Amino acid sequence: MPADNDTSPMADAPPGNWLKPNTVSGTLIVATALCIVCSLLVSGAAVLLRPRIEANKLLKKQRNVLIAAGLFDPKKNTDRDIPGLFENVEPVLINLPAHTASGELMEDDDEAGRANQDLDIHTYDPRKAAKDPKESVPIPADLDQAGIRRRERVAVAYLVKGEDGSIGRIVLPVYGKGLWSTLYGFLALDADPSSGFPVAGITFYEQKETPGLGGEVENPKWKAQWPGKTLLNDAGAPVLDVTKPGQAQAENQVDGLSGATITSNGVENLVNYWLGKDGFGPFLTLLKNGKLDFQ
Amino acid sequence: MTDRIMAEPDKKDVLFDPVYKDNPIALQVLGICSALAVTTRLDKAIVMSVAVILVVAFSNAAVSAIRHFIPTSIRIIVQMTIISSLVIVVDLFLQAFLPRIADELSVFVGLIITNCIVMGRAEGFAMKNGPLLSFLDGIGNGLGYAAILLIVGFSRELLGSGTVLGFTILPLASEGGWYVRNGLMLTPPSAFFLIGILIWALRTWKPEQVGKS
Repeated sequence: MPADNDTSPMADAPPGNWLKPNTVSGTLIVATALCIVCSLLVSGAAVLLRPRIEANKLLKKQRNVLIAAGLFDPKKNTDRDIPGLFENVEPVLINLPAHTASGELMEDDDEAGRANQDLDIHTYDPRKAAKDPKESVPIPADLDQAGIRRRERVAVAYLVKGEDGSIGRIVLPVYGKGLWSTLYGFLALDADPSSGFPVAGITFYEQKETPGLGGEVENPKWKAQWPGKTLLNDAGAPVLDVTKPGQAQAENQVDGLSGATITSNGVENLVNYWLGKDGFGPFLTLLKNGKLDFQ
Repeated sequence: MTDRIMAEPDKKDVLFDPVYKDNPIALQVLGICSALAVTTRLDKAIVMSVAVILVVAFSNAAVSAIRHFIPTSIRIIVQMTIISSLVIVVDLFLQAFLPRIADELSVFVGLIITNCIVMGRAEGFAMKNGPLLSFLDGIGNGLGYAAILLIVGFSRELLGSGTVLGFTILPLASEGGWYVRNGLMLTPPSAFFLIGILIWALRTWKPEQVGKS
């Protein structure tokens, strides 16, 4: 089929004398031209799509906060509902406990658990901060239950307000090591100190545990056993116990995932770490004593 | 075919041969790494397939269009540059328009850059043929990859989760149904088994694909 020959002379002819690809100068010219064209293509796409990508990231975070707080049902709600549902949710910056120069947890840290006034909530990225040596602290080995080694100095938590503006629930970011990966999630507590801050919900939005085993931390059925549990004892210390599957009875116990002991232990440890004295413990104490400085 | 001295490959053969006669996964056993990783669910397999088809088709066309200008000494780097740029653009589009699936595919979209199929077609076909034929060859090889991915993705989702595209087909025993799911199907080795079975079936159907021992 000669007529079908697709070799149009424009695009397909070997170059004439004006460019000799296999000389040093020709190689440099072709390489430079290619780099310019490709970088224009990539940066053009990145610039054009950035607003959408940023909006998607924000939406994902807000969706997960709402799911943890029990305000978003993936079966009923869609992403369109998120901005409306999120109107009653206020992100806040919370100072995590400071460490001394020698790396120990600082005693009598007045700022711990209080609102941070220095950072901008709109631009602050706790995930990035946790990796930045200036914005994060190493965790002493004896405190590092979650197995994360470093953590950010300032956390972003979410306050879910009721009709009258009072704090109804608090959504805390939690993360820590499972078997293969670091699990990232949100833990929502009812802001009710008299009953020991019962759990309102938990969700993990990023994890790479074994699908079907540890990956079941994302299973709604497993997450459904969390609401109502009390994870803090009378002294305010975290006492979550993730048991073997089917053995959870007490208020502080949650059934583990079958076939995923290490992931289950990881969940126990990371929740206990973040509710503990090196995590949100001081914040919860302030909330309990009514000394929170958020409006 | 015509009686020309250098036989021009037929467009239809270029397009469809890679699907069943010369399948990049089943015959050449290329690109199986991502085939293991993205086939736990059918929707992921579909999105990954479309991404690979687009990348291999357009990288083939681009490499072919400039093939006479590519200096021999840096031709692999030139091909890689073109392929990487296309993959980044595809990745950005997924993050912008299909964020949830893009999250789950995570690094595997980026890893299309190192998918042997894309590179192999650029070096093996596009450097020797015109842009249109190369484009079709890219679509064809992408379809060949897609065919295997979709079969594996369909089987793994159905047997592993009892659903197809998220719709329940086999009600799970753990949720009150009757189907006891096969947990192995959700782990990477099951894709090896399924691809092995597919290769076996394909070579029984077309014995000429069996390698000489």
